[in-house]
Amino acid sequence: MKIVVAFVSGLVFALGLGRSGMLLPGKVLGFLDVAGRWDPALLFVMGPAAGLTMAAWLWRKGRPTPWGGEIPRRSLHALDARLFLGAGLFGIGWGLTGVCPGPAVSNLAAPSAFTLTALGAMIAGILLSLLPLFQRRGPGH
Amino acid sequence: MMASMDGDAALRALEGGALIGLAAGALLALTGKTAGVSGIVEGVVRGERGEWGWKAAFVLGLLAGGFVLRVAVPGALATSAPRALPLIAVGGVLVGFGARLGGGCTSGHGVCGIGRLSLRGVAGTLVFIATGMATVYLARRLG
Repeated sequence: MKIVVAFVSGLVFALGLGRSGMLLPGKVLGFLDVAGRWDPALLFVMGPAAGLTMAAWLWRKGRPTPWGGEIPRRSLHALDARLFLGAGLFGIGWGLTGVCPGPAVSNLAAPSAFTLTALGAMIAGILLSLLPLFQRRGPGH
Repeated sequence: MMASMDGDAALRALEGGALIGLAAGALLALTGKTAGVSGIVEGVVRGERGEWGWKAAFVLGLLAGGFVLRVAVPGALATSAPRALPLIAVGGVLVGFGARLGGGCTSGHGVCGIGRLSLRGVAGTLVFIATGMATVYLARRLG
């Protein structure tokens, strides 16, 4: 059942990305382009997305779930150099491509040189991060 | 700075965001799992023991949603590259590497991290929005 929930969650997640316009790199880059015609749409996406997730968490935290383990009561608050360096590099890549991991996967439904390059390079970056050199156990989402 | 977004676009953004929140909130409430896409993709590509099944199902769901959009919503999927492909390749590597080094991406830090009132999520989100904006600004100045 957990597999079914995860599949449906991924599907609805993708529909949300599509509905909001966030599968289009132009919309994302429009949000990041504060010196041009700034497009605030991404904030309108993040509001209800984080808000509903917060509602689910506040309602169920510390309780068991029907098809998985207990929902963690505590959140991750530890700040470290890896977080800042990683998020900084991620943002540079996001600003170059206009694509983050969710859209990179969903956009594969319409394969093109762009979508294949973006997804392939992203997976290469993930594999690179798995090298022992870059591994350290720590908190993460 | 000049903002540009009409009322329809704002409504679509809110509706899309609500679908994303519904998906992430339901996954959390029903399975205790976080809908952080970079961590999910990492688990799939490295064959993470015990987590592979649901993570692979989520990725298939993302792809299935893409196909639904392709059929039902013309213009929802990306068609052209915003920059030259070599820059996309470099950017893509930074997206994957940076997300895993920092322990989250737009969904993990932005949606789920902020949704769980996590200081890491808030800090990560502020940092990647800042460097993303700086990158677009520099690209505009240099390009």
